[in-house]
Amino acid sequence: MKFGRERPFAVLPFLVLPLVPLLDRNNSHIDFLTNAGAFILLALGLNIVVGFAGLLDLGYAAFFAIGSYSYAMLASQQFGIHIPFWVMLFVASVIAAIFGILLGAPTLRLRGDYLAIVTLGFGEIVPQTFLNLTQYTNGPNGISPLDSPSLFGHSFGFSATPYYEVMLALIALAVLLATNLQSSRLGRAWMAIREDELAARHMGINTTTAKLAAFALGASFSGLAGVAYAAKLSLVSPDQFQFNVSVLVLSMLVLGGMGNIWGVIVGSFTLSFINGFLLPQSTNLAHSMHLNLDFTNYRFMLYGVILVAMMLFRPEGLIPSKQRRAEFREAKLDPALAAEEQGEYTLGPGPGAGTGG
Amino acid sequence: MDVFLQQLVNGLSLGGIYALIALGYTMVYGIIELINFAHGDVYTLGSFFALAVLTGLGVSGEVHGPALIGVVLVTVLAAMLCCGLTGVLIERLAYRRLRNAPRLAPLITAIGMSFILENVMQLWRGPSPVSFPSVIPNPIVHLGPIDIGAKQILVIVTAVVMMFALQLFIYRTRLGKAMRATAQDRDAAQLMGIDINTTIALTFLIGSALAGAAGFISGVYYGTTWFFNGFEAGLKAFTAAVLGGIGNIAGAMLGGFLIGLIEAMATQYIPQGAQWTNVVVFSVLVLVLIFRPSGLLGESLPEKV
Repeated sequence: MKFGRERPFAVLPFLVLPLVPLLDRNNSHIDFLTNAGAFILLALGLNIVVGFAGLLDLGYAAFFAIGSYSYAMLASQQFGIHIPFWVMLFVASVIAAIFGILLGAPTLRLRGDYLAIVTLGFGEIVPQTFLNLTQYTNGPNGISPLDSPSLFGHSFGFSATPYYEVMLALIALAVLLATNLQSSRLGRAWMAIREDELAARHMGINTTTAKLAAFALGASFSGLAGVAYAAKLSLVSPDQFQFNVSVLVLSMLVLGGMGNIWGVIVGSFTLSFINGFLLPQSTNLAHSMHLNLDFTNYRFMLYGVILVAMMLFRPEGLIPSKQRRAEFREAKLDPALAAEEQGEYTLGPGPGAGTGG
Repeated sequence: MDVFLQQLVNGLSLGGIYALIALGYTMVYGIIELINFAHGDVYTLGSFFALAVLTGLGVSGEVHGPALIGVVLVTVLAAMLCCGLTGVLIERLAYRRLRNAPRLAPLITAIGMSFILENVMQLWRGPSPVSFPSVIPNPIVHLGPIDIGAKQILVIVTAVVMMFALQLFIYRTRLGKAMRATAQDRDAAQLMGIDINTTIALTFLIGSALAGAAGFISGVYYGTTWFFNGFEAGLKAFTAAVLGGIGNIAGAMLGGFLIGLIEAMATQYIPQGAQWTNVVVFSVLVLVLIFRPSGLLGESLPEKV
């Protein structure tokens, strides 16, 4: 494992950020940061599928739902089962990974845009199923309350701070995993598949295994996020996992830079900040000035504009990964090459020169 | 059996609307291989445009006599024109620049456009469903044990007529030939003197206009419209296009009617079926894509390398 060896400053945030609750006693701020953390975790997971392996997953919220519902069913009064939070983190990520493989296995032959639509269909089926299986999930009412996690006999209670620390630890774990994966043999296989699947296969890469691994690992991250998020809210309900959640996470990737771990984190936090802070605050400001404006109504417009504008003007994202930039620019510079779909990427740096490697 | 026949009629009329939307998906996919995700929202936009025209004409209920023909024609044509222009605008703004980009880039902008359109409609007509005047009288025809509403006949007939008109256009006119050539090989078509930008814009114009017509019809048929309708209807219509064989006009029509039938039958014959229709339809999508991605009428093409 190499973490911080090449980039010592990468460790710095994880030393400083745990101290934030000591400096800022405002619980709502910590609460906001914790929610933002859950989405960073989701974005890091989706980045494995979309950013590393280049498989567009439009139903990613389904795995988030599976993680959350796993916790809700196995750690609440719903069935009288009370598996501890810490065990559930592991269990739910495994369950989510299994569903990732179940979705991935039959769909691997599909071309990129068809795969996107199938994952979208899956993303619609999962929350709808949770909604309809009323006898197990209470349907639209959801499941609540859920068990509060405890550490060394101390229950987490209602303060956001312990959840914040857990979320940070999970993000650190996810970053560590993603960084190492990216420069691993598997990570390079993903990169090869992303750039030219046919060529990758001819170079002896087992594309099936590599793509399944991407689905499983990506899903497992959102399983973790689901457990932590559900435990913090002490509630799950099917409307938390609609299509717009999948698109929100995708917008985070597109904004920050697909394939770049730090870009994805920045993109994710930026959007959470706009959503959870900037829009409500400016609405309050407008109301205090007696303007009847509700900026939170423009939320979906914002995701849409980000997706369109970024793809048109800066498809590699604000903090791009070198390879992804080369891939997008290549296609633009040389339409003849792009017309043959995906040709050789002579402009791209050699393998293993990724941001994390 | 009576129930089955009744559901058959209901399914066919439901399918007529899907079929009209599916035509737009299939045309655009056929020519630039893009899943125009915003197409479902153009359809909803059509119902809102039609509603605005009807409000402008002062129509709030059923219209009778010769005025009916006038009102329907004006409304449909206006909705088709507005939607067609919206489609062309979307292509110009969001897709044209990305024609040579990696395939997933235009798909992502299409999702973005869909969100923008939905938000615009939400800001325009509010977040709740809006009632739509039932312009067309709906006498019920009793055909043995089954009841057929005039509106149901209208939906089915409109869909079939539009499909035949489109077939004629594509296979019998110069512009249609240009579209087929562009779909086959864009570069070669350009070398032969075809203006591919205009041809692609024309494809969007026609596809979106058909969605506009579908928007008006669905408004009259259901008596209500909602800014978010297009998401689900769009997905189902896309499923229809894929089921029929994407890029194939007759396939889109067949797929549309089949999806309508599947939905109607699922509602009737699965316990608590109404809750499960979406799950059933999307499962059909997944299964078709996995086992027969070329669809029922499509020819299977090897992936271009």
